[in-house]
Amino acid sequence: MSFLEVKNVVKRFGANEVLRGLNLTVEEHQVVCLIGPSGCGKSTLLRCVNGLEEIQGGEIRLHGDRITGPGVDLNALRRDVGIVFQSFNLFPHMTVLQNITLAPTQVLRMPEAEAQEKALALLRRIGLEHKARAYPDQLSGGQQQRVAIVRALAMEPMLLLLDEITSALDPELVSEVLNLLRELAQEGMTMILATHEMGFAREVASKVCFMYEGVVHEEGPPEQIFSQPQHERTQQFLASIIEAGRL
Amino acid sequence: MREPSSNRKEVRRRNPTLPRDGFGFALAALTLAILLLLATAWVMWQVKQVMSANQFRALWADFVLVLVVLLPLGLLFPAGRSLGQAGAARRALQSENLIAARVHGAEALTWAWFTLGYAGALLLFLLFVLFFIANNVAVGRTFFQLELIANSFGLILKAFWVNVVIFLFAGVFSLVWGLVVAVAKLLPGKPAQPIRFIATFYTDAFLSLPSIIVIYLIGFGLPLTGIGFFRNLPLEALAVLALTLTYGAYMAEVYRAGLESIHPSQWAAARSLGLSYSQTLRFVVIPQAVRRIIPPLLNNFIGMQKDTALVNVVGVIDAFNQARIIASNDFNLSAVTTVAILFILITIPQTRLVDRLVERDRARFRQG
Repeated sequence: MSFLEVKNVVKRFGANEVLRGLNLTVEEHQVVCLIGPSGCGKSTLLRCVNGLEEIQGGEIRLHGDRITGPGVDLNALRRDVGIVFQSFNLFPHMTVLQNITLAPTQVLRMPEAEAQEKALALLRRIGLEHKARAYPDQLSGGQQQRVAIVRALAMEPMLLLLDEITSALDPELVSEVLNLLRELAQEGMTMILATHEMGFAREVASKVCFMYEGVVHEEGPPEQIFSQPQHERTQQFLASIIEAGRL
Repeated sequence: MREPSSNRKEVRRRNPTLPRDGFGFALAALTLAILLLLATAWVMWQVKQVMSANQFRALWADFVLVLVVLLPLGLLFPAGRSLGQAGAARRALQSENLIAARVHGAEALTWAWFTLGYAGALLLFLLFVLFFIANNVAVGRTFFQLELIANSFGLILKAFWVNVVIFLFAGVFSLVWGLVVAVAKLLPGKPAQPIRFIATFYTDAFLSLPSIIVIYLIGFGLPLTGIGFFRNLPLEALAVLALTLTYGAYMAEVYRAGLESIHPSQWAAARSLGLSYSQTLRFVVIPQAVRRIIPPLLNNFIGMQKDTALVNVVGVIDAFNQARIIASNDFNLSAVTTVAILFILITIPQTRLVDRLVERDRARFRQG
């Protein structure tokens, strides 16, 4: 039994079938990178794992427990599975500290003081303790995204989903976010990343999955996918990435 | 560096347009200024005539009249500047100095517009004065009889307190009630369909009903039913109920627009952290929505404030009703003017307050 099992998942938006019987397994402490052209279903897959989207077929299991279908306690699931979005989605009317303590105090019923202490420790770790009382729009994009990651970490998830979290950032701000991910990977955090940062994927991924038209088209260790891709689609995709100077 | 390709297009040459000197415009402005100077003197002369016809003599009044006559002299300054600049522009044109001509011409236009703007305001003022003193100060006597205003002021103010109490209660109630209705309208899922339907029907119905009819039906009707609870309620409380029901529907529509304006990504972020539907509403969506809709909410609040004057149809002695009683006793509307002034006085600060709140919020987070 794997840590996370995605079996034959089908997801439709109206007539548009985005996931077409997708299979994926993730082991504990693995970092799985999802790559592929836009529209191939990377974000949708992550949103399904977090229960933000209902699926129309197949199932997803976490630690052997089914987390899709009727009757699943989604609020409980989301305590264990965190997600970070491309557009940060911090709460603009709350300070950085409030953004981080909201879920622990309201969902985990953690005392305010304890939640703040934990939040400040997390902020210290990313070097943003001095921004605790600032509002999100007073932060740079990279800082906002790191706060968003820390906000998810405050719930101490067992699985972290990262949905193209560097795509909306100015190039010079990408590294500060990637450095944080690198640290998390070293600490053994289980993560699934949808990403266009091929260099980063090559460096930290335990497994790279090339997604195409709603299924995992090819998967394997990064050296294999990036150096000897087997399938034609994978080769084409990587060729265009290289042409754009991104690998 | 790459070599530029040899088949590049020929560059098109640009011919500058000849500037206008604005001389005609400046001349028109000056003429208007002089005409207004004469008109003001004539109107003030009329005022003086009316004053002496009514045996009104006071040194300060004469002083004010003279001041007003001198006022339009100020118009001569921008008009003169305009003409001077126009002349300079014309000279520059003749010496083919295009740039100087443009600068002076633009200056001449600005000053001419200045003259026109202030002249227009002065003209409106003169028309109002003429209206006020027409038919031997009939307008002034009908609406602004100072003696009557002073005598009735105490009564009116006391009655106005009734308006204030009604709109404070109805205001707070409709703000809360409107939010409840808006949330009911937006409840997700099939099971909540009947609730959504009722909420939608309620808002549709009360948006289409004139508030005066709701006040009439509730103020007269509910006591008639003889149900103990309603029979013993004071009329003011029924008025509050009627206004809450009416304006609750308006407020609900504003809330709904606010709630729907919050981007789905905020919902996703909150839900993904494990917050429930109601926690997300309470901590994330409603606080942001309310900040956005403070101006329309307050506009509704002000609208309701004004509608408190309608409660006189069921016999509540509010400021307007009191003023009407005085007006029919004295055959003069000055007491109603007092009511009008009171409404203006309480409304303007609120409007400014909202502007301030909006500005402060914007400074704090531009994103939301």
